[in-house]
Amino acid sequence: MAPPEAAAAQSAPPGPPSPPPAPGAVLEAVGVSKRFPGVVALDDVSFTLRQGEIHALVGENGAGKSTLIKLLTGVYRPDDGELRLAGEPGAFHHPHEAQRAGISTIYQEVNLVPLMSVARNIFLGREPKNRFGLIDFPRMHRETAELLGGFGITADPRRPLHTLGIGTQQMVALARAVSVQARVVVMDEPTSSLEPREVETLFRVIGELHERGISILYVSHRMDELYRICDRVTVLRDGRLVHSGDLADTDRVRLVSLMLGREIAEVRRHGATSFGEGHTADRQPVLTASGLTRRHQLQDIALELHPGEVLGLGGLLGSGRSETAKALSGALPLDGGEISVGGRALRRLTPSAAIRAGISMLPEDRKAEGIVPGLSVRENIVLAAMPRLSRAGIVSRQKQDRIVEIFMKRLRIKAAGPEQKVGELSGGNQQKVLLARWLCLEPKVLLLDEPTRGIDVGAKAEVQSLIDDLAGEGLAVLLISSDIEELVEGADRIVVLRAGAVAGELTGDDVEENALLAVLAETGDSDDGDSHSDFGDSTDDAGEAPEAEAEAAAGPQDAAPGPLTKTTAPDAPPESAAGTGTGTAAAPAPPADGEPQSTPDTPGGAGSATAKEDPR
Amino acid sequence: MTAAPYSLPRGIDRPRVADWLQRYGVYAAVAALLIFNWIFTDHFMTTDNLRTQLVQVSPVVIVALGMALVIGTEGVDLSVGSTMALASSVLPLYLGYGLLPSLLVALLAGILVGLVNGSLVALVGLQPIVATLALFVGGRGLALVIADGQLKQIENQNLLDLGTNSVIGIPIVVLIAGVLALLVAFLVQRTTFGRQLVAIGGNRAAATLAGLPVKRVLIGVYVLCGVLASLAGVLATARLTASDPSSLGNLMELSAITAVVVGGTPLTGGSVRVLGTVFGALLMQLLHATLVTHNLHDSTAQMVQAGIILVAVYVARERRSR
Repeated sequence: MAPPEAAAAQSAPPGPPSPPPAPGAVLEAVGVSKRFPGVVALDDVSFTLRQGEIHALVGENGAGKSTLIKLLTGVYRPDDGELRLAGEPGAFHHPHEAQRAGISTIYQEVNLVPLMSVARNIFLGREPKNRFGLIDFPRMHRETAELLGGFGITADPRRPLHTLGIGTQQMVALARAVSVQARVVVMDEPTSSLEPREVETLFRVIGELHERGISILYVSHRMDELYRICDRVTVLRDGRLVHSGDLADTDRVRLVSLMLGREIAEVRRHGATSFGEGHTADRQPVLTASGLTRRHQLQDIALELHPGEVLGLGGLLGSGRSETAKALSGALPLDGGEISVGGRALRRLTPSAAIRAGISMLPEDRKAEGIVPGLSVRENIVLAAMPRLSRAGIVSRQKQDRIVEIFMKRLRIKAAGPEQKVGELSGGNQQKVLLARWLCLEPKVLLLDEPTRGIDVGAKAEVQSLIDDLAGEGLAVLLISSDIEELVEGADRIVVLRAGAVAGELTGDDVEENALLAVLAETGDSDDGDSHSDFGDSTDDAGEAPEAEAEAAAGPQDAAPGPLTKTTAPDAPPESAAGTGTGTAAAPAPPADGEPQSTPDTPGGAGSATAKEDPR
Repeated sequence: MTAAPYSLPRGIDRPRVADWLQRYGVYAAVAALLIFNWIFTDHFMTTDNLRTQLVQVSPVVIVALGMALVIGTEGVDLSVGSTMALASSVLPLYLGYGLLPSLLVALLAGILVGLVNGSLVALVGLQPIVATLALFVGGRGLALVIADGQLKQIENQNLLDLGTNSVIGIPIVVLIAGVLALLVAFLVQRTTFGRQLVAIGGNRAAATLAGLPVKRVLIGVYVLCGVLASLAGVLATARLTASDPSSLGNLMELSAITAVVVGGTPLTGGSVRVLGTVFGALLMQLLHATLVTHNLHDSTAQMVQAGIILVAVYVARERRSR
């Protein structure tokens, strides 16, 4: 996207601070709905992406974020409602059409061609030709180097893409997005696999895009990042729009409670869920884990589980909850760490070793990792216990039928009979079948990852009281739930994770919603630098900042209130030290950003006018 | 089989029809073919002819049984034809020691092929179609090297008897195929190995999380497939009265896959239909014989077979999309 446009967008400075949604909107969804068999993924959601803004899209699992992104980028088409591109109604029938209209998407996993060179990836499909009609490699490499140089990336354009770090690959994807004249860049959790340094580079590139007047839709679960770079925020929950507005007006605790659907004041102990009173846990832990570490996912996690207790594992999406449960059950290879059950360390961390040691895990994704849909209820229940119910490798139907009967009764599994296929059951009954699979192993430790997600109210209550009973019988239970109420009422103790590390623990009377929300909303920086707190404080950040600023100024006139104001605070280079503080002291920074932000947005006419002359 | 689902009138539940076809279609088709021939073809429903048909189809059945197991795990084994050639090529080298030792060596060749295939799939993590492609090409090459590129006449009477003799009026070859079908059915239905195999094919992630010995089972399945293929190679050699590694088992992988698919085992794994596989092989054999006796050219027969495969795959898809 050329300088003139950015200039047009930015050089008409002050204006009314909050324009009506329609003008200045680059991309809009008006009352869109999307249904899949059995689920309403999006229900009457309206969303506006304004010219030149960085817009955060947040929500827990199943909130509908990815569905909305896929609607906006032409992967899906809405069942109801319409999309507007620069104010004009339009629909994309195919992702290509969205791309041609200037909407680029950068997924978590880079979607480029790994074996081709950096330059070929950037120019894929529009390679410069020499007079013989062949690819003009020297020119392509030169232009690539210039393009990447503009973002402060020094990668050899001739290198195959896959030899670069994942962060640099993402920059290349971004560079390609920019060079194809994108007006809108959609980023789906771009930082989830990046090192802190790479995150800095990414933010600098985002800043560049921002200055060119490109709108960015930014999906992330990392609060720190959102408050650092985003102007506005849209919160989805259960497929509905729950909030949309300036990020500066929404503090962290409020944002978290919007995402989770819990009001801070509203605390009901033993209200709607079916959990009883707390349990008296044994002193001696049955499971001890220490130093669980896996690159990008878990950092030195330590946990103890006692017989007869329900330990809640809290944290926002992407905090490493499921990964922790998987690690404990041997399903996630670790870079380091030790797990012992009943005082004996597991030597090999595989699912079968964990099961032998008495650890059972109910996985989060029932369909993908739980049920075998084509097999019967009976066979699904005895799947893990089959060797124990067989003699000399020959299955004993009597033994199986006995176990299956006991558990179908105990868990009240509603099926036509033990021979009905599990794929034909309701979600709640499928979940009960899986619980039966794990309980018939008579485990010492039961790890439950979102045991009540996506199941009907009745089954949910049954599962909750079952968890209670099991702990009462002396089982150690680890409970993961995005439902704050369920977590608080079900757990005797809660360990909160953030960015793959333990961020806090709630015990006794602190096991209540306010305290949990407070820990969830805390910034990663406050507890002196465990996670990626090395945000603003590295020397190269300070060094790079002015340089980028200078480049920016050289480009479009009047580009002063650039994105870097966000990292470094309004008044530019020397202040970069202050950037360190922005994470913690979220209060002063965002309002300061708010103003320069609304400036480029306001001249809606300019924005949409340029948008019209721009495509292809 | 003839009632193509797309020509059904409105109001009929297509998935249910597809379900029925996948379950019983192959039996109905075999029955229909037999009835057709009984009425319209002279000298078809005679003991002699049916015997010949069964003898001819037996090697395919044996190979298809192993293939059904592999397909049940969401895999495929392209190397079965080459395995037959390999088993056939080592056979004459050890016939001097008697039938049993040479038979064991031939089966050992099948075990080795299965170990290589299974390891590539289970341990290295290659896609089955790629992993078994290596020995599809290499196996026959090795067989030709072992046989020095030559066809060798078999003179060992015991081995020849295996191909031609009968017990209580049933050819030994047919008897072996029948017994193996029963054994494989028992393996699939009643043993932990069989049930684990089906579960792994149905949802590998779930099977892994449930602590199933996924790698061991996968390797075991490919070894079984290799052993069955090598046995089929031995029997085919005995019937040919010669070891001919350059042509023995050519296109056998396709015949076996066809039998499995037509028999109602989905290529997506999670189900093994043993009896269906036997009838699938039988159907293709009878179809071919019928068309040829009615003076249709070989190539026409192949096109009809192709049509049947398409119907089988369509039915499987229609059923899944329920």
